[in-house]
Amino acid sequence: MTGRGSLTDVVVQFFLISFLAIGGANAVIPELHRMAVENHRWMTDTTFADLFAIAQVTPGPNVLLVTLIGWYVAGIPGAIGATLAMCVPAGAMAFAMSRVSHRFRDAPLRIAIQRGLSALTIGVVLASAWILMQASDVNWLCYAVTAVSVAGSLATRWHPLWWIGFGAALGAAGLL
Amino acid sequence: MTRGDPPDPRDATHAPDARELFLGFLRIAVSGFGGTLPFARREMVEQRKWLTAREFTDILAICQLMPGPNICNMSFCIGARFAGLPGVVASFVGLVTVPCIIGISLTWVYLTYGQFPAVSGMLRGISAGAVGLFIALGIKMAWVERRSPFMLIFAALAFVGAGLLGLPLVAVILGLAPFSILASWRWAK
Repeated sequence: MTGRGSLTDVVVQFFLISFLAIGGANAVIPELHRMAVENHRWMTDTTFADLFAIAQVTPGPNVLLVTLIGWYVAGIPGAIGATLAMCVPAGAMAFAMSRVSHRFRDAPLRIAIQRGLSALTIGVVLASAWILMQASDVNWLCYAVTAVSVAGSLATRWHPLWWIGFGAALGAAGLL
Repeated sequence: MTRGDPPDPRDATHAPDARELFLGFLRIAVSGFGGTLPFARREMVEQRKWLTAREFTDILAICQLMPGPNICNMSFCIGARFAGLPGVVASFVGLVTVPCIIGISLTWVYLTYGQFPAVSGMLRGISAGAVGLFIALGIKMAWVERRSPFMLIFAALAFVGAGLLGLPLVAVILGLAPFSILASWRWAK
């Protein structure tokens, strides 16, 4: 799986995107989509949605979508480069911050910054959902599966995999 | 702290070495379907007692505030805290290696057999279901803040900018953050 794009592009892009991932890897899904589908044309909307689906059914950190995009574009070096570019600079910064922030744990300014950014995180999570819905829900039955999944996760305490499995079963049966 | 230190009787935490960090983050990774954080808390606070509940919340708060995937940031902070640089490497490698191998294998299978209707249909169904989980997550996060109108307003603005208008995320965040921080400085309880 090589030749769709250059390793350097992959590493530089994910390095830059990592600084936008405030609140977690899910926050950059809109940006990943812009980069991979619109700007670099590394993949189609459908492939992006399929890689997202695979990342969702694989156990592990949400950053896996980044690994899979890296792999799709530039093979194993792309997978490793994308993952490290996304995690290492940000992780080092988080560690440095954890040493200073401890001193300001109850400072009003620190709390205000955290609350202010959390507000934006909520909107960005919903924006991610919106963009993924455009990419993956191709007919009304897909929208119905999404709606059942929303209602199910709000109304029950069932494990999230049940709702993913429900969609997978309908899809495998050829209904979607 | 080393293993020779006497345990603190108040919270009885146990400081892991690099090997335990590797195995602990590996367990978190392979059990973490649909988000690793609940499993991280179970492993590090409830089962292995590496951290007290308060320490876990404090470290998580910083890791969420800083850019980068939350659980990866945590692997850096916790690895460094207990075992320095070898601890960071052990935690991070333990966290990402097995999921990456599984994910890449599944992608390879998909690219090879994805043209079969059952496989592509199944992926469509998984996406549709997972999108629903995202929407529900956003709604739950917003519900927690229902008594802070300023947070809901800024959440709505960020949704319109990054979602409906498709603006670059950096523009949305840098454009809104000064105002949302100012608002939370004035109105947060």
